Amino acid sequence: MKASVEKIEFAPGKWQTSVNVQDFVVKNITPYNGDASFLSGPSTKTTNLWNICKASLLKERANNGCLAIDVEMISSINAFKPGYINKEDEVIVGLQTDQVLKRAMKPFGGIKLVEAAVKERGLHVSDRVLDIFNYAKNHNEKVFDAYDKEIRDYRSKHILTGLPDNYARGRIIGDFRRMALYGVNQLIEFKKEDYSKVGGEMTEHKVRLREEISSQISALRDMLIMAEDYGFDISKPAQNAKEAVQWVYFAYLAAVKEQDGAAMSLGNVSSFLDIYIDRDLKDGLITEDEAQELVDQFVMKLRMVRHLRPGAYDEIFGGDPTWVTECIGGMFNDGRTKVTKTSFRFLQTLYNLGASPEPNLTVLWSEDLPDGFKNFCAQVSIDTSSIQYENDDLMRTSRGSDDYGIACCVSHQEIGKSIQHFGARANLPKALLIALNGGREEKGGVLIMKDIPFINDEVLDYEVVLSSFKNTMKDLARVYAKSMYIIHYMHDKYYYERAQMALIDSDPHVDIAYGAAGISIIADSLSAIKYAKVKPIRDENGLTVDFNIEGDYPKFGNDDDRVDSIAQEITSFFINELRKHEAYKNATPTLSLLTITSNVMYGTNTGATPDGRKEGESFAPGANPMHGRDSSGAIASLNSVAKLNYNDAQDGISNTFSMIPKSLGDTREEQVTNLVHVLSGYFKQMAHHLNVNVLNRETLQDAYNHPENHPQLTIRVSGYAVNFVRLSRAHQLEVIARTFHEAM
Amino acid sequence: MYFPLQDIEAAKLNIDDPDHLRIHSLETFGTHDGPGIRMVVFVQGCQFRCLYCQNPDTLDVKGGSLVEIEELVKRAIRQKNYFGTTGGVTVSGGEPLLQRNKLIHFFKRLHEEGINTCLDTNGRLNNHQAQELFDNTDILLLDVKHINDEIHHKLTGLTNKNTLEVAAYRESTGKPMWLRYVLVPGWTDQPEYLEEWGQHFSNYKTAERVEIIPFHQLGSQKWELLKMPYSLKNTPPPTAKSKKEALAIFQKYFKNVILK
Repeated sequence: MKASVEKIEFAPGKWQTSVNVQDFVVKNITPYNGDASFLSGPSTKTTNLWNICKASLLKERANNGCLAIDVEMISSINAFKPGYINKEDEVIVGLQTDQVLKRAMKPFGGIKLVEAAVKERGLHVSDRVLDIFNYAKNHNEKVFDAYDKEIRDYRSKHILTGLPDNYARGRIIGDFRRMALYGVNQLIEFKKEDYSKVGGEMTEHKVRLREEISSQISALRDMLIMAEDYGFDISKPAQNAKEAVQWVYFAYLAAVKEQDGAAMSLGNVSSFLDIYIDRDLKDGLITEDEAQELVDQFVMKLRMVRHLRPGAYDEIFGGDPTWVTECIGGMFNDGRTKVTKTSFRFLQTLYNLGASPEPNLTVLWSEDLPDGFKNFCAQVSIDTSSIQYENDDLMRTSRGSDDYGIACCVSHQEIGKSIQHFGARANLPKALLIALNGGREEKGGVLIMKDIPFINDEVLDYEVVLSSFKNTMKDLARVYAKSMYIIHYMHDKYYYERAQMALIDSDPHVDIAYGAAGISIIADSLSAIKYAKVKPIRDENGLTVDFNIEGDYPKFGNDDDRVDSIAQEITSFFINELRKHEAYKNATPTLSLLTITSNVMYGTNTGATPDGRKEGESFAPGANPMHGRDSSGAIASLNSVAKLNYNDAQDGISNTFSMIPKSLGDTREEQVTNLVHVLSGYFKQMAHHLNVNVLNRETLQDAYNHPENHPQLTIRVSGYAVNFVRLSRAHQLEVIARTFHEAM
Repeated sequence: MYFPLQDIEAAKLNIDDPDHLRIHSLETFGTHDGPGIRMVVFVQGCQFRCLYCQNPDTLDVKGGSLVEIEELVKRAIRQKNYFGTTGGVTVSGGEPLLQRNKLIHFFKRLHEEGINTCLDTNGRLNNHQAQELFDNTDILLLDVKHINDEIHHKLTGLTNKNTLEVAAYRESTGKPMWLRYVLVPGWTDQPEYLEEWGQHFSNYKTAERVEIIPFHQLGSQKWELLKMPYSLKNTPPPTAKSKKEALAIFQKYFKNVILK
């Protein structure tokens, strides 16, 4: 294969003979150590397009959050004629449907859910599509065919929640860079080679693998046709910067035309694209303005990605997120930085197009990042509250790869080599209440777990409660693992991600990403039982409905080992229980401490807890301390979360940190420097993730009352960002109620 | 219970319990009292009676709680990662000089741990012990509340003579100092005194930075809770114009003036 037709040749390497984008990047990247002064503003074309998008976004919101739905067609890579925003201004083209923001049906995840979502908008799924599903099977239906009573009970009683059994699992990140580097023809050749190696005696695994590779090849062929419709030939590698961006986007577009997974992440394309952009700049083929235009328009397209969701979906994933997560920055294992000028250009889109939740820009933070980049990131956080940070020094060493993306919110995934099966999460406080109530659910008293003795003590005893809670966690892990096995088995069978998988190695490593909600409530509850006097208040059936707490107790979020160690112990115990069970495709169990926006819904469905939290009160998001209990200041709060061990929760430990601008310092310069120090300090202690919001509570209050004045106001919630005005009223209030750190 | 000018108790504050500081509270994320991110220890007890005091709950020398100095050092170490090259520990109050002996020990311990120290003081004392404390302070944050002694007296209950002596002592040591000034309408915003204030310090080489802190009413509730008479109840915060004017005057004398 010839490396390049341009004046500057790409440095040769292993990438030429096998699929190895990482090798290409390592050999060809030009790290950038400077500051942001080279950046350009938006081009006229970009501004024209964005104005059209903004008008469409307003209409979408006026129309109750959904502009239009196509009810005739089953979406697939080749569904729909080419769509444009305004063709003559578009340097990067491609929409999911024939009209911007129009949503498409992807019923293989579940026809009933599509029907419901369409019906909520006063429309009907076409008879043709409905008839197809008189014969075709779908993921949602088949999962429930295999569920047993136990799983159904855990689900309906909100012990296991948000499971990807009634929506697509997502989280699988294709290596979209492969399209630009190799083109379709070469990628098909590599896949055929893989297929030919699956030989010998057949096993279930091998047959399935052959079927998977074949469907991946068909996906690649379909991508070729899709690009042809737009007037591009992607059979060959991209020859220049514009093509590289366009090829990568086509690959991503194919994925989001065919799949509507909860999170459809992008990976880490920015520094890869920089190689092409940098070469064209050096060759004098494009200017900095044009380079920025490519990035702005690519990002604009990513902002327009939409999926069709029923209203109830908003409870677990509020604000209509798509999680086009893109990682920026980080370091190579060889000690060089992965920061390029295009890392800056991606962040610059938040100025050129204004703040936005998508793409979910995630900075991979390392102590060794160039200062110019650190400062620019902090500045962008202060100005837009649109980016999140993850610890590259921690993930690179703990997970062993320097070429990874973030799936969904916070979850590490080696690009092209490894995937993960999304597992939603378990409600730990609910399991604690079941432990106190003899295996019964606290609301209504339905027996959920057998062999859990009633605790009748007048004052709760720490050892007794802990031991019973561990038993309920054991049972929880067993049922959780079982449900995940069924879900992913069926998802592969009926709603396989052939587009993403076509851009991933043929037999990748799999993580099964379990999750837990309410860790701070657990830590505080057990701490209250241990250090204060907690007396259960029981109803006539002996069910605990509330608690009297006498005396004070150490609370999570104050850098106090007495309680922080409880959070550590429970996290470690739960993942070890999960590890004991079979996983589909031999996946490696990981755990996240993450809630997304479901912390509100969890609260609604969980009775009073021994920490003094009342029935119905929201959980804290992710691994955050409970609102208002981290009373020793921001650093103590960060230090508590930093103690949670990443090796017990490799799917991610989410912390959302909000502060008012003034609390960061008096001058803008000081604010930037101090935020850099916050990030450095937090991540030096091997903390994993930080959402940074720099906002005044009054701004949020005003946006609550006058949403029309804040169309682009963006705020980070657990692991992603949302347009504040697109959150439900309940979620908006919850965000406003959160701890905003203010210096005295 | 509030007692005006608790002189005897104030003296004890420096002597009793040598291993403990009497503190009001701790802030782990201080960004307004000295450079960078700082752990701010608000000590308890003050003999000034500034009319505009924002923390009247720190005045009572018998209030607050005793905390072991080693515990504070331990906590500062837990925060060291966030300090970077600029941050550290600030002792504010209350008036730290009332516990000068203990603070000498505290600051020496912090220096042993490689932690930067700031002292936020009204400069009430300039005796040998106070000077030893200043010598162990990396940046002195000195509040010079008024340049006219008579008004200073009315404003704070005490003379500014000691404060000016502390400034002069600091200048003689050559170690850095930030001068702070609270801008209170009708009390400290007279242009002629702002000029005099500026002139007085204009040749100070150690005055690296001057901070103007506009008066606000966030502390008024505390006065009410303490059932103490609060005479600035109806004083508004300074106007934008007044802040700009004060800034312009100070900028004639100092290169680095920050309006907070």
